[in-house]
Amino acid sequence: MKKSEKNRETRPLSLQEIKEKNEPVPNEVWQLRLYVAGQTPRSVTAFANLKRLCEDHLAGRYEIEVVDLVKHPQLAAGDQILAIPTLVRKLPQPLRKIVGDLRDTEKALVGLQIRPA
Amino acid sequence: MKAVKGIEKEDRTLPKAPTGIQGLDEITRGGFPRGRPTLVCGSAGAGKTLLAMEFLVRGATEYNEPGVFMAFEETAPELTQNVRSLGFDLDELAKKKKLVIDFVRIERSEIDETGDYDLEGLFIRLGAAIDAIGAKRVVLDTIENLFAGLQNEGILRAELRRLFRWLKDKGVTAVITAERGEGALTRHGLEEYVSDCVLLLDHRVTDQVSTRRLRIVKYRGTAHGTNEYPFLIDEDGFSVLPVTSLGLQHKVSEERISSGVPRLDTMLGGKGFYRGTTILVSGTAGTGKTSLAASFVDAACRRGERCLYFSFEESQGQLTRNMRSIGMNLEQWTRKKLLQFHSSRATFYGLEMHLAIIHKIVQEFQPRVVVLDPIGSLIQAGNQRDAHIMIIRLIDFLKQRQVTAFLTNLTSGGEALERTDVEISSIVDTWLFTRDIELDGERNRAMYVLKSRGMAHSNQLREFLLTPRGVDLQDVYVGPEGVLTGSSRLSQEAREKADALARRQAAERKDRDRMRKREALEARIAALRKEFEVEEAEAEIAGEEDVSREGVIADDREAMSRSRQADLVKDGVAAKRRKGAR
Repeated sequence: MKKSEKNRETRPLSLQEIKEKNEPVPNEVWQLRLYVAGQTPRSVTAFANLKRLCEDHLAGRYEIEVVDLVKHPQLAAGDQILAIPTLVRKLPQPLRKIVGDLRDTEKALVGLQIRPA
Repeated sequence: MKAVKGIEKEDRTLPKAPTGIQGLDEITRGGFPRGRPTLVCGSAGAGKTLLAMEFLVRGATEYNEPGVFMAFEETAPELTQNVRSLGFDLDELAKKKKLVIDFVRIERSEIDETGDYDLEGLFIRLGAAIDAIGAKRVVLDTIENLFAGLQNEGILRAELRRLFRWLKDKGVTAVITAERGEGALTRHGLEEYVSDCVLLLDHRVTDQVSTRRLRIVKYRGTAHGTNEYPFLIDEDGFSVLPVTSLGLQHKVSEERISSGVPRLDTMLGGKGFYRGTTILVSGTAGTGKTSLAASFVDAACRRGERCLYFSFEESQGQLTRNMRSIGMNLEQWTRKKLLQFHSSRATFYGLEMHLAIIHKIVQEFQPRVVVLDPIGSLIQAGNQRDAHIMIIRLIDFLKQRQVTAFLTNLTSGGEALERTDVEISSIVDTWLFTRDIELDGERNRAMYVLKSRGMAHSNQLREFLLTPRGVDLQDVYVGPEGVLTGSSRLSQEAREKADALARRQAAERKDRDRMRKREALEARIAALRKEFEVEEAEAEIAGEEDVSREGVIADDREAMSRSRQADLVKDGVAAKRRKGAR
């Protein structure tokens, strides 16, 4: 089943805090979906990397949904998933995809457009 | 027959999945290697996608092998639309769970890569699709697009290798398409991974005429045709034309059919052509080749046989009008659906297309007679060699169906007359030759039978006349001055007629003289006979008188001696006479 991870802080961030963190829009919830295929070391690494990244940069404003394609192969077509693991940024628009285990945080941040390239 | 045997034989060594594509199974001796991937490469527009799609559709409809089409280029609706024109209804097949189309979109601009990954997602999608319908066939079209979407070529290559291995393990017969690369079969060297069967499609344009060709680059573990085979894509899909697939095992008919020209039938052993043979009429321009063809068609329609007329130079309207001028009403046959015209410029399609169109129309219309007028123009659609091969194939095809083929060929003035542009004179059965004879300031047509296999045929040159009542053949005048035709022939004939009349009159006169002489002689004979008869009669009377006179004399003498009492002399004569008188 969908392994939804909800981790939202109750208190909204102040403008100052937002500026400090160099984040684009306040109050926006980041919807992220991580596609994995079974509990492989690579998918575990990818999830750990993602979690760390979100905590560091999107604390309280993100949702991570992990989709295991071994269990739900039919879900692969919807987001055009080929590579595993693939992280899909559903929100904010536009859609972004990052393939790989996210071991390069800088690249991942650029890919997710958390940080400008 | 041979091909079927070949398939059975191959089956023992390497199981194959028939493609169901016309001609392709023949040259691959049964199809693609079953349970293994086959690589189809070719440049853009070469027909890779279509070949792959037809492989799936035929598999699903004819061999009960459902298939998965993984498209990396076109979406499912696009694909469905593209092949609908070929009569493939993908929606229907999808509904029946015979086919799954999975469109894989890779947008590089929205993908970033960081760290390790694999293509398990692709495997899972493909596996799910295969399992959903129990697919036996898989198409990946064109998997090379992955190279455009993903940066890490090392991972990609490793994963592709794994994919092909995995497909083999799954036991599906796969077709992988790939774009032709510079100096290599594929742009990204996919042929390294697919080593069982590689097909190369080619689309060439020579002299502004395009020709599609297919070649089996390799096919491990089986014999296969190694030529380049022309193929075409038309409304029935893909068809490959194996150049030498037809043998010489056609049935032979003893039936004879009229050429439509009574005098020509006489020249051909009195009965005309054999059914199912090939007749070639060659000759210089304007010598009546088309008119001969039309006469033949007219005669066939009169017998109630269906005819197909392929014209590469004249339109149907032009042909019927022109033939009307020599008293032939071809329109009645087109109206009765006995005659079909197909007029197209030879340069309109490539040779293969012509061949395929002719094949198809012949199969649909089932004619007994096919006319190709003129075959020489087909050279314009290809080169001489190709045209030659195509016409041989066509003749074989028609012979197999017992269709009588009537070909015309134009010989241009400068060339040797007794040859054809496409060098088919040796394979035709009957060769009629028309030519013009220039004499006394006029040009007349002449015709002779150059060869006609299996029948005693005339060796005579005949004058060929186009009259308002059709084609007619006349004896030519052969005399000390050579062959005379046209008005020289007519004047010569008139002269001869006059001479003959004079000769006849002289003879009659002689006859009459002789008659008279005979009559005179006979009259004289009769007169002489009469004279003689009279003489004879007189002579007899005179004889009798003599006898009676002698008798009288003897009597007188007796009487005298009696009166003189003389000794009675026993006169024999007298005694006799007396006795006789008594």
